[in-house]
Amino acid sequence: MATIIAARELGVAENEVIIQPAHGWIPIDLHEVWEYRELLYFLAWRDIKIRYKQTMIGAGWAIIQPFLMMVVFSLFFGHLAKVPSDGIPYPIFVYCALLPWQLFAHALGESSNSLVANERLITKVYFPRLVIPIAAVCGGLVDFAISFVVLLGLMTYYGVVPGVAIVTLPLFVLLAVLTALAVGLWLSALNVQYRDVRYTLGFLTQFWLFATPVAYPSSLVPASWRPLYGLNPMAGVVEGFRWALLGKAQGPGPLLAVSVTVLILVLIGGALYFARMEDRFADVV
Amino acid sequence: MSDVVIHCEGLSKCYRIGEREPYRALRDTLTDSLYAPLRHLRSLLGASSNTVQPNEDSTFWALRDVSFEIRRGEVLGIIGPNGAGKSTLLKILSRITKPTTGRARIRGRVGSLLEVGTGFHPELTGRENIYLNGAVLGMRKAEIERKFDEIVAFAEVERFIDTPVKRYSSGMYVRLAFAVAAHLEPEILLVDEVLAVGDAAFQKKCLGKMGAVAKEGRTILFVSHNMTAVQSLCGRAVWLDGGKVVQQGDAEIIVTEYLQTAAESCLEQVWPDRDTAPGNESVRVRSARVVGLDRAPVETIDTRTPFALEFAYWNLKAGARLNLSVSLYNQEGNCVFTTTTVNEPHWHGKEFPAGLYRSICQVPGGLLNDGSYRAMLLVVQDLGRILYHHEDIVVFEVQDSTEGRGKWYGKWTGVVRPELEWATEWIQPAAEGERFGSPDGGGASPLGNPGAGRPGQCG
Repeated sequence: MATIIAARELGVAENEVIIQPAHGWIPIDLHEVWEYRELLYFLAWRDIKIRYKQTMIGAGWAIIQPFLMMVVFSLFFGHLAKVPSDGIPYPIFVYCALLPWQLFAHALGESSNSLVANERLITKVYFPRLVIPIAAVCGGLVDFAISFVVLLGLMTYYGVVPGVAIVTLPLFVLLAVLTALAVGLWLSALNVQYRDVRYTLGFLTQFWLFATPVAYPSSLVPASWRPLYGLNPMAGVVEGFRWALLGKAQGPGPLLAVSVTVLILVLIGGALYFARMEDRFADVV
Repeated sequence: MSDVVIHCEGLSKCYRIGEREPYRALRDTLTDSLYAPLRHLRSLLGASSNTVQPNEDSTFWALRDVSFEIRRGEVLGIIGPNGAGKSTLLKILSRITKPTTGRARIRGRVGSLLEVGTGFHPELTGRENIYLNGAVLGMRKAEIERKFDEIVAFAEVERFIDTPVKRYSSGMYVRLAFAVAAHLEPEILLVDEVLAVGDAAFQKKCLGKMGAVAKEGRTILFVSHNMTAVQSLCGRAVWLDGGKVVQQGDAEIIVTEYLQTAAESCLEQVWPDRDTAPGNESVRVRSARVVGLDRAPVETIDTRTPFALEFAYWNLKAGARLNLSVSLYNQEGNCVFTTTTVNEPHWHGKEFPAGLYRSICQVPGGLLNDGSYRAMLLVVQDLGRILYHHEDIVVFEVQDSTEGRGKWYGKWTGVVRPELEWATEWIQPAAEGERFGSPDGGGASPLGNPGAGRPGQCG
């Protein structure tokens, strides 16, 4: 990423760009990302457009995938293993967690592979590279919105009425997206140089699924340990979803606080690492 | 200083050899780190990557200490052989990669065209790709909307605008891609060899557009192998070789000097020692040369220069009936022609006593198109048995001739470039009241009348 000394700082009449070698850790130029917001929009739009091109079911996949997972989880964990679900019908209990989980897992996968997938762009055009993983993460929101409709159906069927807490739902969606972005920044930048990331990703996602209270409630974890459980930000997201939508008695509380703190640290670290590696992407990818 | 829009000062770019390899496995870094944990942890974090000067053995300087200036409204050509650092320079100026040392100041909105159609997605329709590609090139959405109809009309794809571009013919695809790029309106335009793609008509359109942009007073930096285009479009040129500036100044002069010295070829190979010369127990090659018709070494060959290929070889088996066969390959690897000594008047079909022989093949001017050529030599016995074959025995460059091409300055297409006889007659004057089209109405591609106004000549 070239250092930009914009007109406002130099006091000259027009934009002047100074291109010089990078030294040390570079601050993240969010202003420049904002300048390129239209490109970000078009890249996300492209990802959404092409996802279900030449498929028969099209966007139906966004419903089928979490729905089938819900059926499988309900059968094995809910029905056979009798995993407790805090008194909520197990299908809706698990679907409510699968929604943010799928959003996260998809966004993580897409963003981690995004730089490598957009190699042509990176080696031929300049723009702040941060746009690419951000766009990749945003692309998953449409699928999320579609599969959300199924949840509304389930809630009607089971007669679950959400409380006032539902207004906090967008915050948890944001938390899920940012978690994916935070980890995605690290992995996408690493992936440029080390394609090992591609092979680690599937394993990592599966492992992470079991470390997140999707198929089971976090109440299985002893109360004194629960804030530590929040070290996995997705635990905070999933608990938050259940709290906001299904009106579970107590909110995620301290667990959420830990999750948010971890998220902020990973996100800032990821962004710094990304900015650090950014000017080498075109040479290495 | 006020009207200098690009100012480069000592730009250098160093690649570590191997860096352009696909990737480094994490395992390598991890195993290395067993030996030097801290250093490799730092390199994993990217800490020492660009700041430390790498040692000279493992590095490659794609660009070294390049300085120049471009003033507002100037069209600057960057020329040089392959690997001279032209593209690296363009990548630095378009901010795709960073220089290792030195700096550049750019004033004004930059648009760079390193290829046409960057960001095109085959699954998306023409309409969608216009928006996507426009955004990638740095256009605002409102700007794309405003120019949308113009772009579609320029590309001549109106009927297919809602068809996925994967169903486009390659011509339509390139036209659409170029149309978007052509409507980019930066203050400074950086263009790489985008003109090297597409057919003649397309290239003409590209060059025409470039000329128009230049006339509007915008600044252009133009990288090209096409010397004719550089000469006609650019006022000034910078000649790069091996990452360094060889010369800069008036485009006309620089191009002429460049053409005189550009010889990354192998015009002559000599193996004076019979025992180690390439070959085998039957035949060994003493020398292979590209020479003028007077057998003197040649400096440059252009499309109109006749020249000769000269081979000297030892026949070690007395009584063999030898033939030579030479195949000439162009840059794309296509065989342009194969010629043999079958029609050679003196020795063909005779038994060769042991000794040293020399065979010369004359290649007429006005046959080869410009480009780089490699010759493969076959030594054949009894018209069928290949005794020895030697690839790339000579490599030479045929330069573009600036004469005999009318006003057309684009790439002259074709595997060969013969100057053929043409004759035009006025068969019938227009009858009273009868209407023919206007005299210049049919003005097709300039390729239709090479050397217009000049009597035809066969080289």
